Amino acid sequence: MLISYNWLKEYVNIEISPSELADKITKSGIEVEMVESLNKGISGVVVGYVQECIQHPNADKLKVCKVDIGQGEISQIVCGAPNVAEGQKVAVAVPGAVLPGNFKIKKAKLRGEESLGMICSLQELGVDTKLVPKEYSSGIFVMPSDAEPGNDALEYLNLNDHVLELGLTPNRADCLNVLGVAYEVAAIIEEEVKLPDTSITATEEKAEDFISVSIESLEDNPYYGAMIIRDVKIGPSPLWMQNRLMASGIRPINNIVDITNYVLLEYGQPLHAFDYNRLGSKEIVVRRATEGEKIQTLDDQDRTLKDTHLVITNGKEPIAVAGVMGGATSEVQDDTTNVLLEAAYFTSGRVRAASKDLGLRSEASSRYEKGIDRNRVYAAAKRAAGLMVELAGGKVADGIVEAGKREVNTYSVKMDVSRMNNLLGTSISSEQTSAIFDRLGFSYKESDGIFEVTVPTRRPDITIEADLIEEVGRIYGYDRIPTTYLLSEARPGGLTASQAKRRRIRSYLEGAGLYQAVTYALTTPEKSTHFSYTEDTVYPISVAHPMSEERSTLRMSLLPQLLEVLQYNQNRSMGDLAVYEMGSVFINRQEILSDLPEEYVFVSGAVTGVFNEHLWQGERKAADFYVLKGILEGLMSELNLSERITYESGGIEHMHPGRTAIVKLDGIPVGFVGQLHPALQKELDLKDTYVFELNATSLINAETEQMVYQTLPRYPSITRDIALVVDQNLPAGDLFTVIQAAGGELLKEVNLFDLYQGEKMEEGKKSLAFSLKYFDPERTLTDEEVVTAHNRVLKSLEEHFGAQLRK
Amino acid sequence: MKDRLEALRVEAIEKIKQSHDLKDLQAVKVAYLGKKGPITEVLKGMGKLSAEERPVIGAYANEVRDSIQVELDQKQKELEEAAIAEKLAKETIDVSLPGRPVKKGNAHPLTAVVTEIEDLFLSMGFTIAEGPEVETDYYNFEALNLPKGHPARDMQDSFFITEDILLRTQTSPVQARTMEKHEGQGPVKIISPGKVYRRDNDDATHSHQFMQIEGLVVDQNVRLSDLKGVLETFAKKMFGEDRKIRLRPSFFPFTEPSVEMDISCFKCSGKGCSICKQTGWIEILGAGMVHPNVLEMAGFDSKKFTGFAFGMGPERIAMLKYGIDDIRHFYANDIRFLKQFKNA
Repeated sequence: MLISYNWLKEYVNIEISPSELADKITKSGIEVEMVESLNKGISGVVVGYVQECIQHPNADKLKVCKVDIGQGEISQIVCGAPNVAEGQKVAVAVPGAVLPGNFKIKKAKLRGEESLGMICSLQELGVDTKLVPKEYSSGIFVMPSDAEPGNDALEYLNLNDHVLELGLTPNRADCLNVLGVAYEVAAIIEEEVKLPDTSITATEEKAEDFISVSIESLEDNPYYGAMIIRDVKIGPSPLWMQNRLMASGIRPINNIVDITNYVLLEYGQPLHAFDYNRLGSKEIVVRRATEGEKIQTLDDQDRTLKDTHLVITNGKEPIAVAGVMGGATSEVQDDTTNVLLEAAYFTSGRVRAASKDLGLRSEASSRYEKGIDRNRVYAAAKRAAGLMVELAGGKVADGIVEAGKREVNTYSVKMDVSRMNNLLGTSISSEQTSAIFDRLGFSYKESDGIFEVTVPTRRPDITIEADLIEEVGRIYGYDRIPTTYLLSEARPGGLTASQAKRRRIRSYLEGAGLYQAVTYALTTPEKSTHFSYTEDTVYPISVAHPMSEERSTLRMSLLPQLLEVLQYNQNRSMGDLAVYEMGSVFINRQEILSDLPEEYVFVSGAVTGVFNEHLWQGERKAADFYVLKGILEGLMSELNLSERITYESGGIEHMHPGRTAIVKLDGIPVGFVGQLHPALQKELDLKDTYVFELNATSLINAETEQMVYQTLPRYPSITRDIALVVDQNLPAGDLFTVIQAAGGELLKEVNLFDLYQGEKMEEGKKSLAFSLKYFDPERTLTDEEVVTAHNRVLKSLEEHFGAQLRK
Repeated sequence: MKDRLEALRVEAIEKIKQSHDLKDLQAVKVAYLGKKGPITEVLKGMGKLSAEERPVIGAYANEVRDSIQVELDQKQKELEEAAIAEKLAKETIDVSLPGRPVKKGNAHPLTAVVTEIEDLFLSMGFTIAEGPEVETDYYNFEALNLPKGHPARDMQDSFFITEDILLRTQTSPVQARTMEKHEGQGPVKIISPGKVYRRDNDDATHSHQFMQIEGLVVDQNVRLSDLKGVLETFAKKMFGEDRKIRLRPSFFPFTEPSVEMDISCFKCSGKGCSICKQTGWIEILGAGMVHPNVLEMAGFDSKKFTGFAFGMGPERIAMLKYGIDDIRHFYANDIRFLKQFKNA
């Protein structure tokens, strides 16, 4: 909402500067987003009188004017505007003048003719082209004939004004008009509001002889009033009115339309002027449109209506879409003499439906949508009718022809001062509270600190005690509210076990060399199903109105987005990457989503290129399966789950069939680790890429035992190394399992320290060397005990796998 | 004989001096002090001497022997030290060469900011509450005083999946769920960080997915002045001890009174600059006293209990704190961007 500072001053006595005022308004609740000076650095622009205007001898499009710029001084000015003419009062920028954009005016010679300044258009004085009246939009602006040559032109054009741009929250629709803001400002600076004059002198003619009004549904349209103004003369509105409209962002059209817009801005009441002679009947009927009914609106567009829209009709056909836009047939035109002035209250739902469906948002519709002051409709109508008499020479027929109820009863809300102080943490007295309600213009009764406040109809946002508390608080000043600390008993804050574990997983992975990524949860329908390892049937979850296909479906895996991260970076010549993400995935097992889907926190990683390097020492370790598996093993150890995790080769869609392991916790899959399928790598233009994905929720929820300190060994351990020859296809993991089982209690540690599969081996065989550590915490082991255990291991290996000791 | 011994002494010491390494020295030692060496030879011939001469020569021989030994030891020490010095010299490395890098990643800047804020509120006795990102209309809107048909919940602004299920547009449903779990009993003292979604076109200042952190305190005797205290502590810890805060009245459907909090600009300290758009103040978060309807809907007696709530955007805070100009950087995950937050 744009509010002219000068206009506002008409209703409230303001003695502070626009910026001081803006600061006060902001602090008390309505954010002033900007204070704009309409004088954009202009100086030296005066009123001039064009005494003579002749064709430039050397240029077709230029004229040479003799302009009286006051005190008998006549300047020759060359002007290129098509509409410049003798006898006009114009705005002249004299030599030395400055125009917006620090544009300095100097003496000049234009095609041989001396020019002492410039005759200005409104645009050249900083007015937005779309606000300039159409007749002056491509030429200079012609001022009223009573303007005195030599006087400051900016005063006439009200360009010494300031405009406050208010950022209104939805509850403060009452400030969508100058009077509403005047009430607000009056409360803030402790002044009175001076209301405009709404008295009118009517003729003896009766309005009801000209028109009848009926409403089909009072629910859609609780009140409709029509006034008749006869014998108006259409012409431009006075400059002061045009200036105020332009300052408020509305283009002047003609006196009648300008008056309806002016009162709209002043009272917040949308009004519409119909050409009475073009109504096509002597009745107004307000009803719902029929489905598919047509109307041509003011902007000459043909509109098709729905039965949720409300229309004004002449009893036969629509002549306006209620609260949105008038129809073309009954539009006020240059030859209009009799006007029907509509002042009505349409409910916001009806107006919103039509405005939304037709894509038409107007100053009127947005006010109806946000709610107007029901009890101000009649005053606004009288105000507009009065102005039509004053500014368009009209005669008002007696009375207003009405349907529905003109005014509603007010209601009251109670407020307890002690509860207010408890809520705000203040100690505001009843006297101070009374004073604040007085400033707000709220009437009230008070006894024992309980106020019963009659809410003015302009403030329908106030319905409960808390609303009144806010009113008192904000006028009292939030900067005067003390700073205190909570009185409630102190309880320790802290992370839950699950939150702590998530942080632990993150910091472990970062310590292991991975950067954390955060990606979008919405992806393509196709990608949403990639890397699924659940065997159940799952259904992708798509949003109803996506912004794009790319962001339409919720992810079931974090990997597709992480792969996009790799692509993004690789395309920018960064090929050595290690990233992880922790985030939610969404699993839906319902064919039609009726309950919320399951959400799990997943943690996934992707690495490609060189993982470790020390350049001058010539070390470069490329990412591979075992790099990632090592990271996962460390992670499981971090979570105290190492003993319960197994890695089994298995197939996952889009993963390398021979280089992927399913990660199982207590035998149940919780994720996988491996290389991307080469086909997918190729498709995504990625180098060899290794990824893992784990259901962190499962890992975190797995119950683990509290760690217990183990006594440090007091007795020596005995280490035996064995090199085994086994079938090439035998997984090393199987050997570990058998060795551990056969070794029994005394076998405390098994490490693989060599793997050989080469030409020195028999075809189809490989050699693995293990180091076995035997140890008893209670005593020194005898050789015999170790030999017994060790032989058991060797025997078991031979029985299970035909493993032979390597010779 | 005495002359002979003296000559040996001179000769031996000269040889010791000429020794260049431990091996030479050992040879000298063996040659002069060994069992077959000349001094031993001299001592062997002592039998031929008179009884008077014998102790004199004997003592003299021992003196020569000792003095050679002293020279030997001296020289040995010198040579050993030289050998060590030589070895160390050979072992010298270029300490200016780069060391072996330790592989290390770091947290995403949003996580860094969220963690910092979490830790701050944890230290003030808050706990962290979480909830689903796919929510019901009831928790996302209705329970927060946004009944169906309310203009602030336009279908256009939310990612609905079905008529009743949507991607949450705010983390406030976590507040509603938490209050409900408390079954009308205080105190509630939580913050709820998380991802939220809105139907916005992604540009420099908008993202269809972003983060929020909300806070909620419900108890008997919770006051607006307490909210001011908590927010002031937050502002000082996050943005510097000399920050001032300002509460401005505002409007949110789920709080009444509602406020917006500005902090004095940390760049210009209130003088006016491009960061604070010449106002000296930066808008940081929205807050207010929990609306009685919201309390009642969650099962609290609004005559007995009051509460405050606040909500902020980690993206905005990270952008302000680190001077990031485009919200899309957070979601592009350019590794050169991520790596900058090692110390965040």
